Amino acid sequence: MSIKVNNLTFKYMVGTPFEKTALDNVSLEINDGEFIGLIGHTGSGKSTLIQHLNGLLKPTSGEIYIDNECITSKGIDLKKIRQLVGLVFQYPEHQLFEETVYKDVSYGPKNLGLDEEEIDNRVKWALNIVGIDYDKYKDVSPFDLSGGQKRRVAIAGVIAMQPKVLILDEPTAGLDPKGRDEILQNIKNLHKKSKMTIILVSHSMDDVAELADKLIVMYRGKNIIQGTPKEVFRNVETLESIGLAVPQVKYLVQSLNKNGFNLNEDIITVKEAKDAILKALRREKK
Amino acid sequence: MIKDITLGQYLPGDSVIHRLDPRVKIILSTLYVINLFIINKFIGYLYVAIFTAFVIFIAKIPFKYIMKSLKPIIWLLLFTAVFNVLLTPGEIVYAKFGPFAITDKGVYLAGFMIIRIVFLIVGTSVLTLTTSPIALTDGIELLLNPFKKIGVPAHELAMMMTIALRFIPTLIDETDKIIKAQKARGADFESGNIINRAKNLIPILVPLFINSFRRADELALAMEARCYRGGEGRTRMKQFNIEKNDYISIIVMVGFIIISILSRR
Repeated sequence: MSIKVNNLTFKYMVGTPFEKTALDNVSLEINDGEFIGLIGHTGSGKSTLIQHLNGLLKPTSGEIYIDNECITSKGIDLKKIRQLVGLVFQYPEHQLFEETVYKDVSYGPKNLGLDEEEIDNRVKWALNIVGIDYDKYKDVSPFDLSGGQKRRVAIAGVIAMQPKVLILDEPTAGLDPKGRDEILQNIKNLHKKSKMTIILVSHSMDDVAELADKLIVMYRGKNIIQGTPKEVFRNVETLESIGLAVPQVKYLVQSLNKNGFNLNEDIITVKEAKDAILKALRREKK
Repeated sequence: MIKDITLGQYLPGDSVIHRLDPRVKIILSTLYVINLFIINKFIGYLYVAIFTAFVIFIAKIPFKYIMKSLKPIIWLLLFTAVFNVLLTPGEIVYAKFGPFAITDKGVYLAGFMIIRIVFLIVGTSVLTLTTSPIALTDGIELLLNPFKKIGVPAHELAMMMTIALRFIPTLIDETDKIIKAQKARGADFESGNIINRAKNLIPILVPLFINSFRRADELALAMEARCYRGGEGRTRMKQFNIEKNDYISIIVMVGFIIISILSRR
């Protein structure tokens, strides 16, 4: 499912003294099955952008095409769009409301008007993806779960709608390292297995370096840089000047190179760094 | 959108009226309202109109905001007018529809009631437009303080009001977010019959309640962590003092009430 955004502009509170441009002429293209990392400082317009992609916000001007269908034109079936583009908000566990895990996850599929059997299958499938044991937890109240489990159940609630595009707004915010790793692993597996297009909003450069095929950098309502993680993270100075950074290992590689190593500057993940450093050390031994 | 709802209509400003002590403002507004019911002749309301216009003028409140405050009570005004016109018995009957009749007294009374309600709303709007909610609750607390001896929990009431006001925007944001999140899961809040629509609100209300309780808990802890122990021995950052302007405004109001009482004759 490809997404195309043309000259998207969005203004809050138009016509009042509080008018604010949240998105300023954003154009971008996302191909089917891509894993996109969306990064930017707080208030850069990331959340506003993703809310446009499933029709929760209407642009002030510009168009959005999903599989060549314009979703910003009038009279479009928003329910259909929301089925195609699943959006997991920040702290999604704050939106849990049902008595049991099963009921909560089935809320989305039920709204789609699916039959019981299909709903059942989807709930099982979604809980499996997020690593929640169906038989053990289906009748448990979501409010009795741990923070990380709640979050995963909430994400399952969106995945169960089987969207073609899944957008996650900082899905790991406020979780402990274990909960964080589990969720990122779930998302990675989901992308690998289902070929969903995934857009991950994140503040962790390390996470997006690891996961994303392509990065989009937002700054003051504009998408200022985009490309593969390696390309994007070459702009160290620009990224730092807008309050972002490059992955930790990239800084490590830079310092090592300053002190006599000769490593590839494009290293952005821990694994790449490990391999490169081991190789360099072995070569030195010889 | 839900965010466009304005709650508490305070208009920041620096006029004489804005700077009056909130206690004085609350008392004067109360007197103003009582005065509205003392007056029994139309000429009296002419004085009220001039007085109110004068206050609005020196408070520098745009006329638009006054009109806005009247908007929600348009229906109330209409009902009052219709009921008074049709149901008041009187000597001279202009028209008769079955049990209903338009009489001289009815028209007179309807006019009276409408004028009273309009000035009531406008007068109290001037208070809320020129006083920040925090100053207002502080004023109420100070005014209620003398009644503490007979068991009125003045500080607690004021603190509750302050907290409630403080969390209104937060709750609006939260509601907006939850609505969006459930919409993203295919929820439909716009169609269906009234029972279905009410049912559809559950996915919004449950998270909203749970989050509010969680937030209240956290707030209580945060207040305790900063040694909050109720109003006993608590000093305030902003001291209220009755100043020259306050005395002048009191004198003006008293003079105005005297004129109103004289107009009864």
